[in-house]
Amino acid sequence: MAQLHEYRAKRILAGNGIEIPAGEAAFDAVKAGEIARRLGGEIVVKAQIHSTSRAAAGGVRFAETPVEAEKIASEMLGQEFAGNLCEAVLIDEKVEIVREFYVGFTVDTALKRPALLFSDAGGSGIEDRAGSLKKLVCSIRREPTTAELESLCGDGRIAAILKQLYRVAKKTDARTIEINPLALLKDGRLIALDCRLSVDDYAEYRQKELGIEIARELGHTPTRLEKIAWEIEKDDFRGTFFFVEIPDDKTGVRDPQPAIRIGFHGAGGGGSMASLDAAQRNNLAPACYVDTSGNPPASKVYRAARIILSIPGIRGYFLSGSGVASQEQFGLARAVLKAFLEIRPNIPAVLRLGGNGEDIAREMVERYAEYLPAPIEAYRKTDTADFCAARLRELIENGYCRAQSGVKTAEKAFESDYTFRTRTGTVSFNHKALNDFSAAKIVDACPAGILKLDANRKPVLAVEAAEAERGKCTECLACEFACLELGLKAVKIDFPIDGLA
Amino acid sequence: MSILIDENKKVIVQGITGREGSVRAKLMLDYGTHIVGGCTPGRGGQEVHGLPVFDTVRESVDQLGKIDVSVIFVPAPRVKAAAIEAFEAGIPLVALIADRVPLFDVLEICEVADELGAKFVGPNTVGVMSPEKAVLGMMGGRAETAREWFHRGPVGIMSRSGGLSASTGYYICRTGIGISTICHVGGDAVIGLTFPEIAGLFEDDAETETIVMIGEIGGTQEEQVADLIEAGRITKPVVAYIGGKSARAGTRYSHAGAIIEGGKGTWQGKVDRLREVGAVIVDQFGDIFKTVQEISGARRSVV
Repeated sequence: MAQLHEYRAKRILAGNGIEIPAGEAAFDAVKAGEIARRLGGEIVVKAQIHSTSRAAAGGVRFAETPVEAEKIASEMLGQEFAGNLCEAVLIDEKVEIVREFYVGFTVDTALKRPALLFSDAGGSGIEDRAGSLKKLVCSIRREPTTAELESLCGDGRIAAILKQLYRVAKKTDARTIEINPLALLKDGRLIALDCRLSVDDYAEYRQKELGIEIARELGHTPTRLEKIAWEIEKDDFRGTFFFVEIPDDKTGVRDPQPAIRIGFHGAGGGGSMASLDAAQRNNLAPACYVDTSGNPPASKVYRAARIILSIPGIRGYFLSGSGVASQEQFGLARAVLKAFLEIRPNIPAVLRLGGNGEDIAREMVERYAEYLPAPIEAYRKTDTADFCAARLRELIENGYCRAQSGVKTAEKAFESDYTFRTRTGTVSFNHKALNDFSAAKIVDACPAGILKLDANRKPVLAVEAAEAERGKCTECLACEFACLELGLKAVKIDFPIDGLA
Repeated sequence: MSILIDENKKVIVQGITGREGSVRAKLMLDYGTHIVGGCTPGRGGQEVHGLPVFDTVRESVDQLGKIDVSVIFVPAPRVKAAAIEAFEAGIPLVALIADRVPLFDVLEICEVADELGAKFVGPNTVGVMSPEKAVLGMMGGRAETAREWFHRGPVGIMSRSGGLSASTGYYICRTGIGISTICHVGGDAVIGLTFPEIAGLFEDDAETETIVMIGEIGGTQEEQVADLIEAGRITKPVVAYIGGKSARAGTRYSHAGAIIEGGKGTWQGKVDRLREVGAVIVDQFGDIFKTVQEISGARRSVV
């Protein structure tokens, strides 16, 4: 679930008839001072981060003057609080609280119903007073009645807020909303002092106006690579590409030896998690958790591999999924090999390619291994994730590298005389470098059947260029590899990655 | 016997004219599933693989008689309408294959299913397979591979992971023991048929002797199974593997349901609870098969 920042969640509440304190968000200190000046009186400056320990980490501070507010804001902005970078502060009026309540919305996954929550003992530390929490299980199709809500909270005004909260949840596809505290003030106002709102990832497509940056539960501020990865995934519904960076956890090391950081590339959720566990049992510390599954095009998997290879400091590459995949494994092999052949990383790789087409996949990897500076090995469904993880550790610890240097040799510029666009990239041919035999091989290799030989017996599109771009070209890399098999560089497929150096 | 699906159940495919629907309908037919037709709005009167296509589910039922199962191959945004259409036409069991179905849509599907007394598997399921009988969804891939990989026998498998459903089945069959049914319940936070319900079906199934549960962090399904074991509702041996031991709290690991929220659904919590009631927990996925073999062997010699 994508979590909205407090200031944005509160703005949504305000737009739906739930009162909030006077205030505004600022992205620089000067603006923060201006807002404080306009509000007048005492101010609270709140770091806009996703953390349950914000106050304890110093992310909520009071200011008596606008100058002080500006100073606090300048200290907070750019600072990290519990691993979360603060990029905005909320400048709110300071209020005098008489009483604190908790109201919330959640989905009870066991009962499979939405539920409203209420406690008359709100405020920080509510987790420890879970016993005070009362729950009203409701229907997703019928709004709860006023009588039901009043019996939950015992108060007409709060019942009205709960009803609005239910409506906000429905409108925003909320996974959870917490207003804590809902504060009764000295002046009689009942306002939402803080609010956490997270939105269902899967509803992102119909919640565009929420401007969700990354529809993922990352548990931290998105990193540069996570943002790059999400751009690739966001509007491409062909299979899934899940990417999260795992910070170097120095505290969790049980082994006397420091764990070895590796790039982890899973295929399929359950198999990926099992493989992640296998990696950790072998003292390999994944620097990322990646899952490419649901039959994604090779373009997506290739980009995933490129992003993994750009994580600094990784000493190995581990690809492992369920081990018995229904998808053809040579598609996966092509995508990863393309990334390796282009980047030529000087780290060993173990690819567990078990499932349909595993023998062809393994043969391919073995064929191209000799062109790479470090060992790359492929395994099949009879090889367990633990075996493969242990093998990778062995390769890394032996420091085994081929004699040839990992330095990229200057490539001759590719001369293209025929190009067409695909959904997310371009395919170029060098017709001059192709003879009748190689041209025919390329046409035959296309499983989508969108290529043909023209009058000069050179490969060209058999469909309209616009059709290829709309998706008739499935970005499978078959033509590029068919050509490589012949030792020729007459096909070049380019899948650019925005923002990746 | 087996659960949920066998060669006699009459099945339709919603979205049968689509790219995925038509390919998968063919694979299911090849494997032996008794598919009698399908529907896609606006495509009534066409044929796919020799099967009649109707505009609506209601029409399919009117023309083909009582239908036992509908497999729905439509994109996520259209799943809710399709599922409710199937329930309202009186179909008692539906499989929802699509990934990324919004949570509120699933909640609505749940409420309608409850009201009409229907059940569903998924969403985000690769399906259900009763080896040598029939398959729903896309488990196993090509029919000939599926025939080679999976055989009939006494082990019931339920899993929250699609890939591990197939691999668990494959490895168990390699040891020479077969499978009654493999059910991938789906990886989402809210799903139709859950582990406790599937475990109940396996308990009542004469062919199933051992239950294998491939769980993972997040949610309470595994704990609910433990409750049933404790209450004596599940008496057949349960072998469980729980994925995500090394996962961090608050971070989602692929499956929407695989997230530790508010300290609940941790790996340790699930393992402790299951051990407490006598389930066998295997630490490494690769150990499941040996354990199942031992348990099945022991059971045989007792019986």
